[in-house]
Amino acid sequence: MSTTHTKKALWTAAAGLAAGGAAAVAQRSRARRTAPADTDRWLAVTVNRGPGDIQPDKLPAPLQEYGERIETRIRPAPGDRGTELAVRLKEPQPEAAHSVTARIAGDDPRQDLRRALREAKSLLEAGEVMRPDTPPTTHDTPGGKLVGLLSRRASGEGVL
Amino acid sequence: MKALCWEGVNKLSVEQVPDPELRGDQDVIVRLVAGTTCGSDLHLIGGYIPAMRAGDVIGHEFLGEVVEVGSAVRKHKVGDRVVVCSFVGCGRCWYCANDLWSLCDNTNTNPGIGEAMFGAATGGIFGYSHAMGGLRGSHAEYVRVPFADYGAFKVPEGVDDTSALFVSDSVPTGWMGADLAGVKPGDVVAVWGCGAVGQMAARAAMLLGAERVISIDRLPERLEMTERHIGSEVIDYTATDVEAELRERTGGRGPDVCIEAVGMEAHGDTPMHVYDQVKQQLRLQTDRPTAVRQAIRACRKGGTVFVLGVFGGAVDKFPLGAVVNKGLTLRGAQMHGQRYIPMLLDRVAAGELGTSHLATHSVSLDEAPRAYEMFKKKTDGCVRAVIRPGG
Repeated sequence: MSTTHTKKALWTAAAGLAAGGAAAVAQRSRARRTAPADTDRWLAVTVNRGPGDIQPDKLPAPLQEYGERIETRIRPAPGDRGTELAVRLKEPQPEAAHSVTARIAGDDPRQDLRRALREAKSLLEAGEVMRPDTPPTTHDTPGGKLVGLLSRRASGEGVL
Repeated sequence: MKALCWEGVNKLSVEQVPDPELRGDQDVIVRLVAGTTCGSDLHLIGGYIPAMRAGDVIGHEFLGEVVEVGSAVRKHKVGDRVVVCSFVGCGRCWYCANDLWSLCDNTNTNPGIGEAMFGAATGGIFGYSHAMGGLRGSHAEYVRVPFADYGAFKVPEGVDDTSALFVSDSVPTGWMGADLAGVKPGDVVAVWGCGAVGQMAARAAMLLGAERVISIDRLPERLEMTERHIGSEVIDYTATDVEAELRERTGGRGPDVCIEAVGMEAHGDTPMHVYDQVKQQLRLQTDRPTAVRQAIRACRKGGTVFVLGVFGGAVDKFPLGAVVNKGLTLRGAQMHGQRYIPMLLDRVAAGELGTSHLATHSVSLDEAPRAYEMFKKKTDGCVRAVIRPGG
C-alpha cells in the first residue's frame, strides 16, 4: 500500500471515528454539569424477553460471574418492548479507573461489565454470542492496528 | 482459501486467507457459487467508510451451497443451495422480531464503534468494515454465515443462480425503498439512480401499483436497460433540468414518492456537485448528498423521500427547510432483507421480477480486482459483475 493511500485510509478512519467520539465526549461533558457522574450510572439494555424470563439469581454466566459485586435492576419495558436489564458496580471506582488512558488500555472496569451485559442480552435473546471470524486479518498496517485496537475495545465501549 | 481483500484505498488484491470455521452453533459454512459487485462496496474501497483494515475480505451479496452446519441449525442441511441476506439478524431481538433486521442488536461484534458514529450500532453486514460488524465478506471460496436459520434462504427449484443472486441484497433493498416509502396505487414515483438497486426500486414501485415510475441517471446504457427491462420512463440528467422535467411530467406537482438510490458518491452536473466534491475531498463533509437534495426539492408537497443509498456520516447544505416547509416525510434504512427475501424469491420464480439482466459481466475470483475497476469506472457498460469463485 502506498504512503498516500495509508495516510488517506488513516485520515478517513480517524475523521469518521473522531467525529462520533467528539460528539459523544461533548455530550457527556455537557451532561456532567447536571447529571450523576458516569461512574454512578446504570448500564442498561432492553431484552426482548418477558420480565418473568429474567431473574436476578439466574442471569447468564457473564453477569452471574460478578456475584455480589454488581447491583441489578430488572423492570418491564413499556409498550411490549421486553424487559429492561440494568447493572452497575457496587464498589465505587477511583476516577482514574475511567480515564481515557485506562479506557484505551482496557483497564476501565466498566468496559468488562458493559461487555458482560451485552453478552447476557445476546444469550437471553439469541442463545449465543456472535463471534467475529478469526484471525481478523492476515497482515497489519499502522491503520489496521488502530482499527484492531478499536475493535478490541468496541464491545466494552459505546453509549450503552 | 482465496479471497478478495481490501488492501488500502482503491487497492484490492486476491490473497490466501484461512478457511472460515463455525464459531457458533447457529452458523453454517457456505461454498460460494456466485457473488456480485455492489455500488456500496465502492464507498469502502474508496476510503469513505471508516474502520477498514488491510486484509479485510469484502463482498456481501452472494449465493452458494451449504457445506457445514452448526449443531443448532434447523432449517439447513449440507447441499442446500442458498441465497444469503447481506445483513445478519439474530431473529429474536426486538428489532428482528419487528422486521427491522438491519438494526439487529446482536450481530455487530464491534457495537462501540457504531455507537460512537451513529448513537446506536447497526446489525452486522458481511464484508463491510469493522464499524458495521467486522464480519468477513463473501468474495471468497467459502464464507461463514451466522444465525443461518434466519439469514440463509433455500433457492426454489427452477430459479437459476444468477437470478437468485440479486435477491441477496439489491432486490430487497430496492423493494424496501418502495415499500417503506409507502408507494400505493396511483402514485407517481421518481427514482434517482439506474444501478441494480435503483432498477429494483423502480420495478417494486410498479408492482406495488404506482401509476408512473420515472428513473433518473446519466449513463446511456443504464437508462436504456432500465427502460427496456424495467419499463419505467427515464430522464438523462445531463440533458435536461430534472426538477423542471419532473414538474412538467406530473402536472406541476412533483412526484408523490422520491427514492434516492445513489449514495454518498453522487455525481451531478451543477456547481453544487463541484462544491460537494471539494468538501468531501477535504474531509469537511464525509458524503455527497447531491441526489438527496434534488429529490427533496423535486418531491411534491406532503410527499415522501426515501434515502436508499448508503451514507456514512455528515453532509452539508442539507435542505431541511424544504423538508419542514413542504411537509415531507423523510425516511432511510439499511436493508431489512429477511423481511422480503422469501416473497421476492417467489416473485422471481413466478417471472414477475427479472434480475438476470443486471449481470452484465461474469468473472473468476482472480479477475475480481479488474472487475471492480471496471465497475467503478462504469466502463464496458458494466452494471454488475458477477464473481464466480468456482470459475
